This record gives sequence, C-alpha cells and structure tokens, in this order.
Amino acid sequence: MHELSICGSIADIVARRAAGRAVKVINVRVGQLRQVVPDTLVYCWELVSAETPLAGSRISVESVPARIRCRSCEQVTDVGAVPVLACGGCGGFDAEVVSGEEFLITSLELESLS
Amino acid sequence: MGRFHRHDDGTEHDHEHAGDHLHDVGDHSRYATGGERVEVLTRIFDENDKTAAANRAEFAAAGVRVVNLMSSPGAGKTTLLRETLTRLAGQVRVGIIEGDIETSLDADRLAGFGAQIALINTGNGFGGECHLDAPMVRSALPRLPLGDLDLVLIENVGNLVCPAEFDVGEDARAMVYSITEGEEKPLKYPVMFRSCGLVVVNKVDLLPYLGFDMDGFLDNLRKVNPAAEVMLVSARTGEGTDAWCDWLRAL
Repeated sequence: MHELSICGSIADIVARRAAGRAVKVINVRVGQLRQVVPDTLVYCWELVSAETPLAGSRISVESVPARIRCRSCEQVTDVGAVPVLACGGCGGFDAEVVSGEEFLITSLELESLS
Repeated sequence: MGRFHRHDDGTEHDHEHAGDHLHDVGDHSRYATGGERVEVLTRIFDENDKTAAANRAEFAAAGVRVVNLMSSPGAGKTTLLRETLTRLAGQVRVGIIEGDIETSLDADRLAGFGAQIALINTGNGFGGECHLDAPMVRSALPRLPLGDLDLVLIENVGNLVCPAEFDVGEDARAMVYSITEGEEKPLKYPVMFRSCGLVVVNKVDLLPYLGFDMDGFLDNLRKVNPAAEVMLVSARTGEGTDAWCDWLRAL
C-alpha cells in the first residue's frame, strides 16, 4: 500500500505545477516493472485529494510494457506478464532494462482560464 | 502536505524551481484547444530521491557506510542483526536505524549489544507506512552520532514490495530471505530481488526438515538477478554469519 504515500508525492508535485489552477486530470506514466497497481492508485487518489483543492481531479494511468536489451546478442525482448528478464534470442539473463521502470507525471489537464 | 514532504527534519526544498524536470527543454507549458494541457514530466520519486542524495552525502561526509536491509516479515533481519552486533563488537562501530510500523520490540531486541539505535515508527497516518523512505531516514540522523560510527544498518519494514521502490541514501542493499518462504519468491517479487546486491539465505539450519529446493530457488533468483551475491546463513546457530560480517567490513 505504498500507493497512499505515492499519492502524497503526486499531490505535492501537482499543487506546485498547477499553481492554484483547477486540475481535471493528472496523467501518470507507470512502467510494468514498477510495483504500482493502477486501480489502487486511482482509489488512493480519491482519499488523498478529498477535501483539498485537488478534490474532483482524477488520475489517468498510461502503462508502459517492460522491454530488455540483451548485453550478449543485443536483441530487444518484450517481457511477459511474469517479469523474468530473459533474452528472447539467446535465453541469457544479462540484460538491461530499456523500458518499464518509468514512474512520472507526464502532464496535467487544467480547467480553462476563461 | 504529502507524506514525502516533511520539513521538520531540516531538509530544505526549493519550491520556486525544483529542478525536477527530466529534460531541460525550457518552459513545458503548451496550450491545447478546449481544456489546457500542461506538460510536467516530473518523476514521482523525485522528492524522495533528492532527500536520499542528501542522506548519502551526509553519510559520505561522516565516513560511514550504509546498508539498507530488507525482507519479508519474520525472515530473520533482527536475529541476524543481533548476531552481527555480537560479532562486530569492538571492531566496527555500528549504528542502527530501525523501521517498524508500531512498537519498539525490534529495537528492544537489539539494545545492549553496543550499537547506537534510532527507532522510526512509521505508524502515523493511514494505517502505517509499509516502508522507509528517504525523509524518514533523514529524520533519524540527528539521533545517530555519525561521526563516531563506521557502519549504519537500516532495518527496513518487513515487506517484499514497497521498500524496494525507495532509495534512502544507502551504499548497498541486502535482503534476508528465509527458506521457509518458498522457492518461487524471486519470481513473485522480482523488483525486490532485483534491487539487492546481496541475498542472505537464512534459516539454513532448517534445511533437513523442510524439503526446500535450494537449486530451484537459486535458479529463480538468477532469472531476476543474475548478479546477486548469495550467502547461506543461519542467524540462529551463527552458521555462515562470518561471511556476512566480512561483507559488511569490506563495504
């Protein structure tokens, strides 16, 4: 349940960047290798944002699949549901993560000023 | 106020321009028709990671090496630490940062072994934090005489998920895995097993009774972390703990 404390961090960043403007949507990018459950994040956001200026905003999660590049044969492999980081070409385990570790706020959708 | 966002520990944050952009491409604002979309591109762990960097700098300035010790509940972290303090007494000056959701039970078990102990109860707020983050560790630093220490061992909250996500400013990450947990754990908790340079396999004194498949476990570990160092240990009998203590001395 670190989604709760993560929502606290998100609230800090959003409040700083929105600078008092009303926020509709917070777009968050989450890599598959992050242990963040999107539904839990959305639910925790309701708890954390309630009775704050961010109440009524919602989190929209964009998931990023995990991909690895083999250090031996250079092949790039999509990691399956169980994140075993084995090369799809040579079967080796000496691989670097190309994507899947992202965890960032990409953008905010704000109410129009007018 | 977010939970990473504790200022009562003396941490300074720059709120005017946090410098937290992934790419320095100037003004990230851009305007779409209808509503308005503002690019942010800020890492969510940015605040934590900045505090972790401050912790790391403070540890380095004091000449202290720091280990973040993680495991599931009941794997034997505290028992291993007791054994460690006994063996390192008089050779290495050890401080302990003890994270626990409630109670001082673990800290009490470690008292009297010659180490300086700073307890962090993470139980404030929504049912307690399941991990230590960098600001929590920072809040413990004034209670440790870093200048008089060689080594700080951070006993994280027992949990195989959340602690792996939070850099607290350590030099090395180690985990205690006990053979009572089952061979498949590296596949179920790959982020934790991947994040550690050392896996201490504990409770090996129970091997004759459990039918534990050590080769199967090591195979699963290699699948998620081929580079991990492995030590077979019984914190209860002391078997294998010399190698662990040597690893700590060599940090």
